[in-house]
Amino acid sequence: MEMNISSKIYNTPKEALSGVLFDGMIILSGGFGVVGIPENLTLEIRDSKVKNLTVVSNNCGVDDFGLGLLLKTRQIKKMISSYVGENKLFAEQYLNGEIELEFSPQGTLAERCRAGGAGIPAFYTKTGVGTIVAENKEIKNIEGVDYLMEKAIIGDLSIIKAWKSDTSGNLIFRKTARNFNPPFAKAGKICVVEVEEIVETGSLDSDHIHLPGIYVDRIIKCSSYEKKIENLTTSVGK
Amino acid sequence: MAWSREDMCRRAALELKNGFYCNLGIGMPTMVANYIPENVNVTLHSENGMLGIGPFPLLSEVDPDIINAGKQTITELPESSYFDSSESFAMIRGGHIDLSILGALQVSEKGDLANWMIPGKMVKGMGGAMDLVAGVKKVIILMEHNAKDGTSKLVKECNLPLTGMSVVNMIITDLGVFEIENEKIKLIEKAKDVSLEEIVSRTEANISS
Repeated sequence: MEMNISSKIYNTPKEALSGVLFDGMIILSGGFGVVGIPENLTLEIRDSKVKNLTVVSNNCGVDDFGLGLLLKTRQIKKMISSYVGENKLFAEQYLNGEIELEFSPQGTLAERCRAGGAGIPAFYTKTGVGTIVAENKEIKNIEGVDYLMEKAIIGDLSIIKAWKSDTSGNLIFRKTARNFNPPFAKAGKICVVEVEEIVETGSLDSDHIHLPGIYVDRIIKCSSYEKKIENLTTSVGK
Repeated sequence: MAWSREDMCRRAALELKNGFYCNLGIGMPTMVANYIPENVNVTLHSENGMLGIGPFPLLSEVDPDIINAGKQTITELPESSYFDSSESFAMIRGGHIDLSILGALQVSEKGDLANWMIPGKMVKGMGGAMDLVAGVKKVIILMEHNAKDGTSKLVKECNLPLTGMSVVNMIITDLGVFEIENEKIKLIEKAKDVSLEEIVSRTEANISS
């Protein structure tokens, strides 16, 4: 980028995370599987050596990519996720008692963060009524139906991945790489986004913005994206 | 002769009606999409944020940014749309999805479902299953009638941790099709050449026909 008047644009993942990391913090990390994950910011968090993290993410990466890297270095103390089945290292650390795990149903997890960002401290949902998810939670009967109270999540930091940003932080995501990124962006006290392209403010159609820049504090364009594929499935060949 | 997995998928596909928005679970339920009759137009929902799932891509078409909930690479269709996870589950929780087909470990006479956890084994997580069974209008379970050790998966009471209480409407197994009505399992269709006696002998739950 040439000279930029916007204070939201940073040059490297290290700069973009400077001053916002501390031990014991809560980090919301976008993505579903390894699609739409902030892969470069995750590498920087690993290199920063910040520890005792509570990480909120639908999944926990795979062994050598995404959040799996932070498991390897034992920087994660607790995960809040809906599914951690792709990661052998996670299973190992969990069974050894090295890592705590809170399962939150996928839609409840998304809504807890959306609610956190929207100033709603808790909400009622049918999801999980009569299951172990309901343990120690308030049940309320509303017009004859039992609902479970779920509390909002607010993070100290959210790290997300978008396709394009303008210099004001208005974001556009690409295909199913959107997933948890918008609700997590809203629920972070600070939101740092990594993108594939930064364009001048005014060059995106304002009607087509997926996430308004109000939710975005810091932006970096990264030069490389590995974009691993977990489960390559094609319609020809065996 | 019990139904093959292909027969089961083909039978399940008959439950997808014209105009339906459907969510197909991971594994065998995903395969049901291959057997949707040609004159039936349904829109498939993927809970990671897509409506209008297309077929698997050719190798040359693979796009790492388009996956289904099983993390398989897929394609989009002209009518496809993308949205975030909170919007996706608002559709589910809000009752906008007509049908979900899921797998199961156990289903009880009351329609309780256990399909996410076996205590003592590594717990992978419920993913979106609890949200789907709580919010989707109709829930169909597609599963083998018996577990690998021969025990019945249609049970009086689930002894595995539940995914949802009284949430299952229909069960399709290799032996037949069952409906749950007023906390009772009713046999509505037998697989070809399968007798009522065989079904009863291989089922723990009480079955009416």
